[in-house]
Amino acid sequence: MSCPAETGNDAQTASASLFWEGARRALPIVLGYVPVAFAFGVLAVKSHIPPSLAIAMSMLIFAGSGQFVLAGLWGAGAGALSVIVAVFVVNLRHLLMSAAIAPHLAPLPRWQRALFGFEMTDETFGVHITAFQHGWKLAATTLFTCNVTAQLSWIGGTALGAFFGGLITDVKPLGLDYALTAMFLALVVPQCSSRLHLLTGIFAAVLSLGFKMAGMGQWNVVAATIVAATAGTALFLRRARREGRDITSGGAA
Amino acid sequence: MSWLAQHAELIVCILGCMLVTAVPRMGPVMYLRADSLPPALRHWLSFVPVSVMAALLGQDIFFYNGAFSLSWTNLYLVAAVPSLLVAWRTRSFFGTIAVAMGCVAAGRALGVWQ
Repeated sequence: MSCPAETGNDAQTASASLFWEGARRALPIVLGYVPVAFAFGVLAVKSHIPPSLAIAMSMLIFAGSGQFVLAGLWGAGAGALSVIVAVFVVNLRHLLMSAAIAPHLAPLPRWQRALFGFEMTDETFGVHITAFQHGWKLAATTLFTCNVTAQLSWIGGTALGAFFGGLITDVKPLGLDYALTAMFLALVVPQCSSRLHLLTGIFAAVLSLGFKMAGMGQWNVVAATIVAATAGTALFLRRARREGRDITSGGAA
Repeated sequence: MSWLAQHAELIVCILGCMLVTAVPRMGPVMYLRADSLPPALRHWLSFVPVSVMAALLGQDIFFYNGAFSLSWTNLYLVAAVPSLLVAWRTRSFFGTIAVAMGCVAAGRALGVWQ
């Protein structure tokens, strides 16, 4: 406490930069979420879902593809149980993501891990796992600034679409319909850290496409992920065994 | 009929969807202990990020306007090529996103793609 003013300022600067890092990480997600959530709000109202419940969905579920499936099936007159089963299947990939990011979040208290899990989407998983792989030192401020900002933009976009759906009819001229794909293009390249990872990724993309076209419905992404990751691991272990390497430590990074 | 009664089935449906979404997301990150996993499973998990991102991308860029397309008329696929090159050469997160969205916006502004 010799120089409280200075240490206070330092701490403030540090926490401000952690906050801005989280906001920076959320920026492309927000760009993508607002128009998609807007479209969801429009679809929900068309599907006879009152605006208040559409917004409740974005607060309680917070899952892009899951909410579109819900609104679409509800609008088509499906029963609650069949909607719940479909949403479960389409969101099952998050089980794998949650397991993959779990070791990185182990230092957090359990209630923070619970909050992280509740708000974990494809996009927040993507930016955080890539940061961890590049040696990012876990900072809860950054993590939750990003996730809460992302969810607030999702809720805000839903409200705009549900209440003012007629205002904007087309986001296509701005390329905003490509924002989330653009982000995954930027994230997937550093994932291909070895030839084996590159091959695994190509295999997963081909499989998910093939499964989708073969009529597997919502199962395609989670099935492609499981098969491709298994193939990648099998090749990795076979090579490690042939080279007599120890496989008990670390991940196949 | 009250508002609540009128929307009872939808509310049950939303709560059910919340449950089946939140449990798979929260379960592993709350209860999985990495140091207690067998090595093969840990290696398997290290292949999950690339697999799941590529699986999502595969269905995103090969479908345009709701239909499978493997030709230059698929703007999402065309825009992915320079974007992946920029990502690979520069490793720039925002640069890649700007190029990707710029390609899609420019392609439409030029009137070549719809």
